[in-house]
Amino acid sequence: MTTETINESLDDSHNDDHHDHKMTGMKRWLYTTNHKDIGTLYLWFAFIMFLTGGALAMVIRIELFQPGLQIVEPDFFNQLTTVHGLIMVFGAIMPAFTGFANWMVPMMIGAPDMALPRMNNWSFWILPFAFAILLGSFFMESGAPNFGWTFYAPLSTTYSNGSTAFFVFAVHIMGISSIMGAINIVVTIMNLRAPGMTYMKMPLFVWTFFITAYLLIAVMPVLAGVVTMLLTDTYFGTSFFDAAGGGDPVMFQHIFWFFGHPEVYIMILPAFGIVSTIIPAFSRKKLFGYSSMVYATSSIALLSFIVWAHHMFTTGMPLFGELFFMYCTMLIAVPTGVKVFNWVATMWRGSLTFETPMLFSIAFVILFTIGGFSGLMLALTPVDFQYHDTYFVVAHFHYVLVTGSLFSIYAGAYFWLPKWTGNMYNESLAKWHFWSSLISVNLLFFPMHFLGLAGMPRRIPDYALQFADFNKWVSIGGFAFGLSQLIFLAVVIKCIKGGDKAPAKPWDGAEGLEWTVASPAPYHTFSTPPKVD
Amino acid sequence: MSEGTEQEANSHEIKPSNSKVIKKLVLVVFAMFGFGFGLVPLYDVFCDITGLNGKTNTVGVAYAADGIDTSRTIKVQFITRMAKGIPWKFEPVINEISVHPGEMKFVNFYAKNQSQRDIIGQAVPSVSPGLAAGYFQKIECFCFTQQPLKAGEEVEMGLQFYVDLDLPSEITTLTLSYTLYDISGKADS
Repeated sequence: MTTETINESLDDSHNDDHHDHKMTGMKRWLYTTNHKDIGTLYLWFAFIMFLTGGALAMVIRIELFQPGLQIVEPDFFNQLTTVHGLIMVFGAIMPAFTGFANWMVPMMIGAPDMALPRMNNWSFWILPFAFAILLGSFFMESGAPNFGWTFYAPLSTTYSNGSTAFFVFAVHIMGISSIMGAINIVVTIMNLRAPGMTYMKMPLFVWTFFITAYLLIAVMPVLAGVVTMLLTDTYFGTSFFDAAGGGDPVMFQHIFWFFGHPEVYIMILPAFGIVSTIIPAFSRKKLFGYSSMVYATSSIALLSFIVWAHHMFTTGMPLFGELFFMYCTMLIAVPTGVKVFNWVATMWRGSLTFETPMLFSIAFVILFTIGGFSGLMLALTPVDFQYHDTYFVVAHFHYVLVTGSLFSIYAGAYFWLPKWTGNMYNESLAKWHFWSSLISVNLLFFPMHFLGLAGMPRRIPDYALQFADFNKWVSIGGFAFGLSQLIFLAVVIKCIKGGDKAPAKPWDGAEGLEWTVASPAPYHTFSTPPKVD
Repeated sequence: MSEGTEQEANSHEIKPSNSKVIKKLVLVVFAMFGFGFGLVPLYDVFCDITGLNGKTNTVGVAYAADGIDTSRTIKVQFITRMAKGIPWKFEPVINEISVHPGEMKFVNFYAKNQSQRDIIGQAVPSVSPGLAAGYFQKIECFCFTQQPLKAGEEVEMGLQFYVDLDLPSEITTLTLSYTLYDISGKADS
């Protein structure tokens, strides 16, 4: 369906200028170096992975619907939670953001394309192989990885079910893909900005992707390193994490979280960029405190490198270490608070309208803040000892990743769908998607806070009887949330197939270069750079 | 066509600068990959300097305390555990001993290979609370060496230690834990 639309858009514009346009069907998508095509590929891939990871979550919620073992064995349950996490992090959220970067960054800075289009093609097309390896391990004798998405040693080494090698190679490929994508974004933003667009004139969206790309370049190699150590520990007799040979399993956690904490900001900073674009558009005001937003984003990125051990408070760190990581973690609430304040101040006395992108953005601000607050609670060392590895943690990171990152992706998708497809989406269907998602997602994740505080451990297929009622409601919320996402699929397909024709700038408060080109955006935009004053 | 050539001209113009940036970024990528591995020795050095992590000395030290502080009594507990897949019996002969700081003590651990094959074992010590590890001095320990035991063989292994005089006063109990690993495959002959 996407093919059709974009081919249509080609007919509208000047497709006979370029030979590469003539490719049709699969070849066009395999060989494409066009940033819009690759953006589309990333977004569809992310959505397919989102549904895949969601399907695994549905099985998890069926299993947890009632106490006792219902439909899956504990070992398979572990595989489900592990692969669900890996797919949502590396397969859904990150590629979706890369898709946004590919589509929007060149159009927002007035560039004709990404700086490194061939590498762009490659960085997308190796991704399906990574996930084929990861998902393929479900059908192997060993089963899929069952050691949690954090793959702590020795669970992933000594006690591995034999899937470690597949897991490691899949992560290697995902990492290479991310690094190439990040290099591309940095080079594009540094070198291809339209004349007159200084760094402090870039849309905040571009800034957040710029900073995120740097984070990726800094920490994805560390992830590659740590999985390589796992590989050699498991299969080649090294002892990085094996105490018998002089290694240290706690060191695994240090290296992993040195990657892992910046990684969580990799998944939220672009979300900040998206809502910082949408809230001003529907408030019909300029973004409040643009430069403070830039500095807040940068400080969050820098702080992310010195807080990793707050994931490890219970490993027996000395008091000084716990205090250091506790205070640094709490410090992150300051720049994040600046952001939330700025979003609210942008809306303050604005002429607000509540189209679906705005609804998702407002929900983002409120619900992400709830996730931030539970994060602050987890940052407090003394109480973290109780919350650690409970459903409280699950509630926390789903609030920031689902109602945070995912909601921002939906907001952005609705916001730019008219630009991508040339058609307006069906607003009432979209509102159904929003409201059903909003209600179900809170039914799904809010009770998890209480389950966690009451002591229900995460990653367990069975639980004590007193948790039964809450888990039933959580599961019902989960099924409702899962079904609600199919409405989004329907909206997108309908929007690609037709609908009211979108003008070049369908949102009257929107600003930015992307709205100066026709809708749908022609295959090639800004072949001559625009002038920015 | 005109548009295509224009684009090409554009990209020619920016190419040198592009490749410069790419080179730098790729360098960062490799540097950070190396840094990941660099964290391994850094981690050990850091733990060594700060005395964190409950790691004790790995080679014997000479007795170097100035006398015995009889005003304090420290309880030292011994625990052992077997890593997965080592069919040995391994336990302290006494579970607990009281020592004064500066006082030298000798205790024995009993090990028996209960399997039908020869196995090389390696005991890895850890002291809890972790900050006390730096004050727990081993003069002689079976954990300094690998321990080969033939099938069915048994042995008593010695540990000679003392606790430093300047052990922080809030610490009254030390737990020394040994985990025994089968390193037959990995042992250096």
